[in-house]
Amino acid sequence: MTELIDQTLYLKMYEQMLTIRSFEEKAIELFEHNLIRGNIHPCIGQEAVSVGVCSALRKEDYMLNTHRGHGNCIAKGADLKRMMAELLGRSTGYCKGKGGSMHIADFEGGNLGANGIVGGGLPIAVGAGISIQNRGTDQVVACFFGDGAVNQGTFHESLNLAAIWKLPVIFICENNQYALSTPIREAISISKISDRALAYGIPGVTLDGNDVRAVYTQMKGAVERARSGKGPTLLDCLTYRFYGHFTGDPGRGMTYRSKEEMEEWWGRCPIKRFRESLFREGILSEGKEKEIQIRVKTSIEEAVRFALESPFPDPEEAIQDLFY
Amino acid sequence: MKGEGFMEEDTKTWLELYRLMVKIRRFETLTGELFASGKIPGFIHLSIGQEASSVGVCSVLRKDDYITTTHRGHGHVIAKGGDVKRMFAELMGRETGYCKGKGGSMHIADFSIGILGANGVVAGGFPIIVGAGLSIKLRGTDQVAVCFFGDGASNRGPFHEALNMASIWKLPIVFVCENNQFASTTSVHYSTSVKSIAIRGEAYGIPGRSVDGNNVLDVREAALEAVERARKGEGPTLLENRTYRLRGHFEGDPQRYRTKEEVEKFSEKDPIRQFQTFLKNQKILDEKIDQEIWNEIDQELQEAIRFAEESPFPQPQEALKDLYVEEGESLIERRLV
Amino acid sequence: MNFRELTNTEAMVEALKEEMTRDPSIFIIGEDLVAHGGIFGQFIGLPEAFPGRVIDTPISETCIVGAGLGAALTGMRPFVDLHFADFTTCAMDEIVNQVAKIRYMFGGQAKIPIVIWAPDGAGLSAAAHHSQSLEAWFIHTPGLKVVSPCFPYDVKGLIKTSIRSDDPIIFFMHKKIFSRKGPVPEEEYVIPLGKADIKHPGTDVTIITYSIMVLHALEVAKEMEKEGIRVEVLDLRTLWPMDWEKIAESVTKTHRVIIAHEACLTCGFGAEISARIQEELFDELDAPIFRVGAYRVPIPFSPPLERFVIPGKESLKKTLYNLFGKEIDSK
Repeated sequence: MTELIDQTLYLKMYEQMLTIRSFEEKAIELFEHNLIRGNIHPCIGQEAVSVGVCSALRKEDYMLNTHRGHGNCIAKGADLKRMMAELLGRSTGYCKGKGGSMHIADFEGGNLGANGIVGGGLPIAVGAGISIQNRGTDQVVACFFGDGAVNQGTFHESLNLAAIWKLPVIFICENNQYALSTPIREAISISKISDRALAYGIPGVTLDGNDVRAVYTQMKGAVERARSGKGPTLLDCLTYRFYGHFTGDPGRGMTYRSKEEMEEWWGRCPIKRFRESLFREGILSEGKEKEIQIRVKTSIEEAVRFALESPFPDPEEAIQDLFY
Repeated sequence: MKGEGFMEEDTKTWLELYRLMVKIRRFETLTGELFASGKIPGFIHLSIGQEASSVGVCSVLRKDDYITTTHRGHGHVIAKGGDVKRMFAELMGRETGYCKGKGGSMHIADFSIGILGANGVVAGGFPIIVGAGLSIKLRGTDQVAVCFFGDGASNRGPFHEALNMASIWKLPIVFVCENNQFASTTSVHYSTSVKSIAIRGEAYGIPGRSVDGNNVLDVREAALEAVERARKGEGPTLLENRTYRLRGHFEGDPQRYRTKEEVEKFSEKDPIRQFQTFLKNQKILDEKIDQEIWNEIDQELQEAIRFAEESPFPQPQEALKDLYVEEGESLIERRLV
Repeated sequence: MNFRELTNTEAMVEALKEEMTRDPSIFIIGEDLVAHGGIFGQFIGLPEAFPGRVIDTPISETCIVGAGLGAALTGMRPFVDLHFADFTTCAMDEIVNQVAKIRYMFGGQAKIPIVIWAPDGAGLSAAAHHSQSLEAWFIHTPGLKVVSPCFPYDVKGLIKTSIRSDDPIIFFMHKKIFSRKGPVPEEEYVIPLGKADIKHPGTDVTIITYSIMVLHALEVAKEMEKEGIRVEVLDLRTLWPMDWEKIAESVTKTHRVIIAHEACLTCGFGAEISARIQEELFDELDAPIFRVGAYRVPIPFSPPLERFVIPGKESLKKTLYNLFGKEIDSK
């Protein structure tokens, strides 16, 4: 029985990871055709973190997200059509075209929004945790941030507060080794971000962020801790972004990263690894994979079509939605 | 003989340490009295009970080393060599004060002896000390920079950013936490997620040491080690001086967050009394010498108070000066009235 | 003088190179400066030319500004790059409570020769956290000087002056016009702070403006010439200290004023200038003073929404028509 549940879950996770990757690739394509304006920050390569984490959450659990957040949105159950529409600035987007790529929110699905400010989500996560405690529910908060954010003052203040009040917050570092062009090894003088947890008396774990099962297992443990009132956890998920920091990053991020390093991480691609293991365990078959691929392709195409056919917002809408 | 010479060195130093601690105690006590009699406007935050921390650390610094201090900083300024006349004058808002009356108690500075100023913002000294440390490194001198801060500051963002930056660049900084158990009315046990602030050094890969902040020799020894590390280019250290604030957060504080019994209990660990007993046991101090020291200091302070009281207040228009280096008509707001 | 065409970015790099060669106490600090020479190429070549003097930092805005401040207090001249004007918020205490106040509250003991530089402005669909114009906050803070040039000639001259100034300067440059070209002399020159510049002389109305709005104003001025209205475009260049003399001279000449900025209208710098003009030059005015600024909302992402919110050539033109009581062109 457990095996069957696991199988279903794993297939769902695989499909989600594929969806994220396809979504990002399509978004890059649309950007290059000038249909998406501004800039996007693709999370290609980091799918296991998004899916591993969000698979351990319920719909009513909260999530705080970053500028590189499309994957987390999708894993938390976002509607691809409304996401794509938002990226294309249409009125049918999640934020009616007001937010764009870096600011997608879906409050009904517990997604409290993505922040353009590095470290911006941490204090908000603390607030959500306090609210949960006050209301006495057993929700939890998943707070995503990157390796760049761990040196922000907000990291320190947020972890300290969550610790002293034992807030149900799980702090997830999507450690892709680079804050734009700054490598993590030049930004901290300790070897593991999870070591920072001892400054707050909370558990901290560094794990292979490209192993979706490992991420899921650790997250499940942290979620149980939080739900049972034992307080916050810091998860340091080692991963890598295969694209540049953003779509305008010259050389796709190769001006500050080496080819060897990139190749090494390609070898650890989270989708490739998961696929291989699923095939090995007989959970995935050629036929099932084909089905999934078709479903993913269809859903992305539907999303693009929906977005392209959606109207732009009426200019006057620009001054609405400021106040309640 | 070597032994005797060593003892003499120590004796002289120890008496100096004692003298400085007494000076701070008397300065703070007199300041409290002046404030109570309405001679000092605004607010004051006395460091009575924390003298060993200021003196122990500053005693191993050179004149050209930098410090940043806090709203509770009179002790640091005196320990670093500040002029008590100019300090009293500043507290009383006179034009002869360190800041020409523009700063007051919480903003005393003396750039000639490396005091980069006291800050009214908790944790305000961290970013500045990072800059001072960076400047030392870029200029290639062997100066050291010390940041004094309280337990409350250790939970603020700038603490984190500063310790991280200092650690990755191995800046010549000593971070000195004066853990007096309270951030205004909030106890450190309530607000801080670690038992000892020194533990936080590990999160930045730097040594963290916690000492009895009321034992001036312990503080001095830990500070000396940290300062030497910094001077040799080995990077920053986090020191925690465990102490206790014997007066309220500010003068006038009703102190409803702690009991009189608790304060009395900690009074028994008074750093000056501790050191006095130690010196008497070492036969370095006796009643007579002790009395002389206290009298001399009181005399110096009374003269300083007199100087301050006789100093004029600044002219009102002085309020518009000292904003920019390059001042000019266009920079002053026009007022038709 | 020998002129050649440089972009705003190139003008900035040249200014920094010259100053850093001249004065070894100058260094640059901020995020992502080395790999790409800054995210807008504003430091290209400098890390190589001045090893150890272009410093990459972790993401720690409070301490990035603080590092600059502490260094400035102890004998150096830091140039602090804050990445985007929007991130000044992450270092507000440092800028407003420390940089702006230390000289004054210590009675003049210290000087703070710091330049805090950031790209600002909207129009690139960069959305709410990467599009703001926040100069009014800093003009409103005593102790700071604020600069915002938009022509390469002005950029180079003012960067040099700002670095040489012993006072703290907040220096904004609009991110949309980094690659806009303009003539810059080969010879050494500086532009003093507090001096505005007439970019287009006129006699019928003065548009007092700065940053990207200068470019919109110049386009409008050209078009209005055909309709017989001669527009004077006054580029403030330095926001504080304000060049009141130049403003007064121009108002006395044209008797009509429009003040334009991309920043939000309410409590924008235009409000201050407008109040002062009507207070001191009331008799010179033939019409009320009009202001042009963004709607009072965060900058939205979608292009039609963003275009609606931020002022441009059309809003300037409409305001001009209003001022002269003309029929508004429905196009």
